[in-house]
Amino acid sequence: MIISNAKYYLDVSDTSITDHITATIDGKVWDVPIDPANSDYAEIMRQVEAGTLTIADAD
Amino acid sequence: MSKAAQLAALIGSGQAQGDKNLIINGNMAVAQRGTSVTGVSGGGYETVDRFRTAYNGSPDQLRVTHAQVADAPAGFANSFKLTVTTKEDALAADERVRFQQRIEAFNLQKLAFGTSSALPITLSFYVKSSITGTYGVDLKNSDAGRSAAQSYTISSANTWEKKSITFAGDTTGAFNNDNGEGLVVSWVLAAGTDYTSGTLATAFASTTNANLAPSNQVNLIGTDNSTWQLTGIQLEIGDVATPFENESFGETLQKCERYYNRIYDIWCDFAVYANNGRMSRRVDFPTTMRANPSMTRNSVSTTSCDSVASNRTNLHGTHIYANSTGAVGDAFFIIANMEADAEL
Repeated sequence: MIISNAKYYLDVSDTSITDHITATIDGKVWDVPIDPANSDYAEIMRQVEAGTLTIADAD
Repeated sequence: MSKAAQLAALIGSGQAQGDKNLIINGNMAVAQRGTSVTGVSGGGYETVDRFRTAYNGSPDQLRVTHAQVADAPAGFANSFKLTVTTKEDALAADERVRFQQRIEAFNLQKLAFGTSSALPITLSFYVKSSITGTYGVDLKNSDAGRSAAQSYTISSANTWEKKSITFAGDTTGAFNNDNGEGLVVSWVLAAGTDYTSGTLATAFASTTNANLAPSNQVNLIGTDNSTWQLTGIQLEIGDVATPFENESFGETLQKCERYYNRIYDIWCDFAVYANNGRMSRRVDFPTTMRANPSMTRNSVSTTSCDSVASNRTNLHGTHIYANSTGAVGDAFFIIANMEADAEL
């Protein structure tokens, strides 16, 4: 799985909450929820842990 | 054994229960993502629902086509077809290509794995290939790190053949009772020596890569234009393959939608109420999803707003939103299709 351009986004109504990560996954832009049971989120975290991906902070 | 005794034994084995097939979309009827994708260069979900390819190593020359096709044995309308359009010249030791389905652990509890009552399971399927020979099938218990593997033989090229393989129940490795990946059923299409150099682990044991594919595994990806087709897949309790459990298209579609669904023509239409105002609309999924899904959009058309995104996605739905870029009173709308993906 090729993942790039990962960035955190805040909840639009409550900016104290991180809502999701937007990332390009295998060429397509996805909004990935912060859910360890989501396989995209799990893979993003695996790549972050491996040092091959960084997630930009939310605006 | 009398007919009554046979029936009693069948009921006792669990094979006569409804919803006996642990495989979803085993007749390859549902293909929400599309019916054909060319130039596929890596693993993932491409066409028929719930089925994916998995690549190990770097077979970087390989290009294949995935398709849902109408060529199928009697009683089935569809099969999955993989065609090698550019072969991998030399199969490296760590390279492997498989076609697989990942089964949610919630659905596996009735197997009683990890207990003294563990039940045997039988995998049956129809297969057809341009290349005859020995192919592997492996089952991986992802929760316990245990696997079993067996082989089947394609005897005649380009001819549908039915295969049946029984695996003994595993009294050691239990499945978690959760929504995670429990059992992965994989059909091996090619495997380097890292996976073929040992002794095939025909009963469940701690996963050892060398024991996961037969030593004489066919290398399907080493030949241009080679094909491999599959349909009529059933994984059931017991040591006998019973007839494929037919269900309506709607039933199969609903099962698939727990893992992936598409929502078409979402229409949001407002007037800009303030500078930098936000438009948001709740979109419900057709069924409760396995996990909070990843969301993407396509065929997006907008007026007076910035990029469209999803927010507050949960098992049941999401919110599609955008910020206005127009003046107060301007028409402000979004038309989009959305994909929700909670695959394993």
